[in-house]
Amino acid sequence: MSIALEHVSYVYSPGTAYEKHALRDVSFEIPQGQFVGIIGHTGSGKSTLIQHLNGLVRATSGRVLYDGQNIYEDGYNMRELRTRVGLVFQYPEYQLFEVDVISDVCFGPKNQGLPQDECEKRAREALEHVGFPEKYYKQSPFELSGGQKRRVAIAGVLAMRPKVLILDEPTAGLDPKGRDEILDQISELHRKTGMTVILVSHSMEDVARYVERLIVMNHGEKMLDGTPREVFRHYKELEKVGLAAPQVTYVMHDLQARGFDVSPDATTIREAAEEILGSFRRSGKI
Amino acid sequence: MPAGMIHAEQLIYEYDKRDDEGNVIGSERAIDGVDIDIPQGSFVAVLGHNGSGKSTLAKHMNAILVPTGGTMWVDGRDTKDPAQLWDVRQTAGMVFQNPDNQIIGTVVEEDVGFGPENLGVPTDEIWQRVEESLKAVGMLERRKDSPNRLSGGQKQRVAIAGVLAMEPKCIVLDEPTAMLDPNGRKEVIRAVEELRKKKQVTVILITHYMEEVIDADQVFVMDGGHIVMYGTPREIFSRVDELKTYRMDVPQVTMLAEELRRQGLDLPEGILRREELVEALCRLR
Amino acid sequence: MIRDITIGQYYPAESRIHRLDPRVKIVCTLLFLVSLFIQNSLPGYVIATIYLGCVIRLSKVPLKYILKGLKPVVILLLFTVVMNLFLTDGGEILVQFGIFTITENGLRTSVFMAVRLMYLVAGSSIMTFTTSPNGLTDGMEKLLHPLNRFNVPVHEVAMMMSIALRFIPILLEETDKIMKAQQARGADFESGNIIQRAKAMVPILVPLFVSAFRRANDLAMAMEARCYHGGDGRTKMKPLHYHGRDRAAYFITLIYLVIMFVVGRFLPFKLWIF
Repeated sequence: MSIALEHVSYVYSPGTAYEKHALRDVSFEIPQGQFVGIIGHTGSGKSTLIQHLNGLVRATSGRVLYDGQNIYEDGYNMRELRTRVGLVFQYPEYQLFEVDVISDVCFGPKNQGLPQDECEKRAREALEHVGFPEKYYKQSPFELSGGQKRRVAIAGVLAMRPKVLILDEPTAGLDPKGRDEILDQISELHRKTGMTVILVSHSMEDVARYVERLIVMNHGEKMLDGTPREVFRHYKELEKVGLAAPQVTYVMHDLQARGFDVSPDATTIREAAEEILGSFRRSGKI
Repeated sequence: MPAGMIHAEQLIYEYDKRDDEGNVIGSERAIDGVDIDIPQGSFVAVLGHNGSGKSTLAKHMNAILVPTGGTMWVDGRDTKDPAQLWDVRQTAGMVFQNPDNQIIGTVVEEDVGFGPENLGVPTDEIWQRVEESLKAVGMLERRKDSPNRLSGGQKQRVAIAGVLAMEPKCIVLDEPTAMLDPNGRKEVIRAVEELRKKKQVTVILITHYMEEVIDADQVFVMDGGHIVMYGTPREIFSRVDELKTYRMDVPQVTMLAEELRRQGLDLPEGILRREELVEALCRLR
Repeated sequence: MIRDITIGQYYPAESRIHRLDPRVKIVCTLLFLVSLFIQNSLPGYVIATIYLGCVIRLSKVPLKYILKGLKPVVILLLFTVVMNLFLTDGGEILVQFGIFTITENGLRTSVFMAVRLMYLVAGSSIMTFTTSPNGLTDGMEKLLHPLNRFNVPVHEVAMMMSIALRFIPILLEETDKIMKAQQARGADFESGNIIQRAKAMVPILVPLFVSAFRRANDLAMAMEARCYHGGDGRTKMKPLHYHGRDRAAYFITLIYLVIMFVVGRFLPFKLWIF
């Protein structure tokens, strides 16, 4: 399912003292299967943006198109759209409510009107996708650890078999290993199912490692859009709006300034290491 | 006799495990034989994954939890002694993870005044303390605001001011940045640094963001209720593989240096900052 | 939409009403409410309108804000109006169709009831708009202090109220978030009969309660960590003292009350049926 936003603007409480432009003339297209990162600091409009993508918030002006179809047209099935565009909110474990894990994950498919055994089948499949151990399927979701709760909540969205998966800060509050595990699993899921994944994150290091495209939001506007390399080339502009490139990007820029023969474009540790080693090799030091 | 500000000997915290009907089916140790000594005026970081026992340890420093075995002394006071409870809590102030769930007042300054009110400080002095504390964290201009209008980082700074106003000798920050965005994290860490410089309080920072512990005097790493690693940040971060087994990470710069070392570059161990790495690489050239 | 609920919210501003002692505002609000019930005539309501209008004007709270606060009671208002309109007997019959009759008395009672209800809400919201919740609870605590002698936990009740007020906006926002999250999982809150709709609330209420309990737990811990141990030995950052302006406010309100009483008793001025 391809997504297109055309000149989308959103205004909070128009006509009052609290009027605020949360989004201003945002346009972009995301083809099926892309792994996209959205970054921006708090209040940059990224959360409002993703809520537009599954129709929870309606644009004040502009259009949102899925496969060329305008979702604001009369008779467009919004509920069906929400099951095809899975949205995982920040701290999604706060939405768990069922008596056991498996029934909670079944909530989505049940709302789709699927028969019980199909719901369960999808729930199991989704739990497997997120690496949730089967022995806890019948446990109350409230007794799990933070990381496991997070997995159950993500599975709850995956069980609807969405074509597009949007995750808002899926690693917030997790420890480093937990962060890596969740992101690895999402990346794996993307590779296996070919679904479109949109990852909202604060961590430049994380997005640089996983996504193929990066959209930077600032003050409700799309500020930059490109591959992580392209985006982090603008690291000075990013800093001005309170964002930063990954640490290694800075190292590479410093090295270049000190006369090293390296390209400053590296955004991950592996790329940076290769660049630096390459430069040492070229100069015959190793 | 305990020497440091915070001193624990063979600290154990055990809690009952219950089945669905609430019957005790066993017990679990969240803290298992911890010895720790934190000198007055130092900056100590405690690292550990979720569930490693680091928060439980922090709660012992403020007598929110009391040990089921061993002893914890705060400034020489045994936390198990009910007669000293309020002194312990006044000595070691505590800042928690969730900014929304620790602000009691509906106006910033009233929240900061909450602690001194409880201590029975005279009114004039409360105002003085509130003003000073808010100034120390850079939140004085927002004193009349509702906390609900503040960003996460600002709320945490108010929480820190609320503790400062009680004039503690020691501040325990239990994952104060876990729920914040990068800018909020920086704000809070900067506020903590300022405090250390100006007020000479002992700071104990519990976190799992590696970048925040670089300036610490000592780092403790916890796992399964034990202290498994202990040393300066440089010592700790030179043991990358060991850290990873405890579900921890190292700062990206340290990781890059480690990677280069593995590939044969002769870099020193435990590089923490970007400038250090650049300098070290320049020397190799 | 859920954020539009303004009742019980503080509106920060520098005004004469804001500066009044909270006790004055609590007592005067009560007197105002009483004044609405000791009379039931047009001139009485005119005087009440003038009094309320002056207070609103002085408080610098925008009228729009106060009207917004009336929104949640609209249903209750309509219900009262309709009930009174059709179910009150007496007086000349004005309209009749089928079993529905509207009498003079019915119209009169329903209009007055509606005004009363609106003034009731507006009057009390002016109090909460101009008094910080802490001030409000401080005032309450001090006013009710004598009850301590009868073992009423006045301080604790006041503290609970103040915390409740602080957490109202937080929990409202949380409800909004949970609703959206469940909608994203295909939940439907808009269609179906009453039972189905009530059932659809479970996925909202359970997480909301869990979260409220977690917050309560956290907050209790944070309060203890800051040496909270009940009202004993506590000092006040903002102790309450009466000033000249507070006495003046009491005086004005008392005069107002007397006028209302007199008008209600001896001046049954009537314009058509009112």
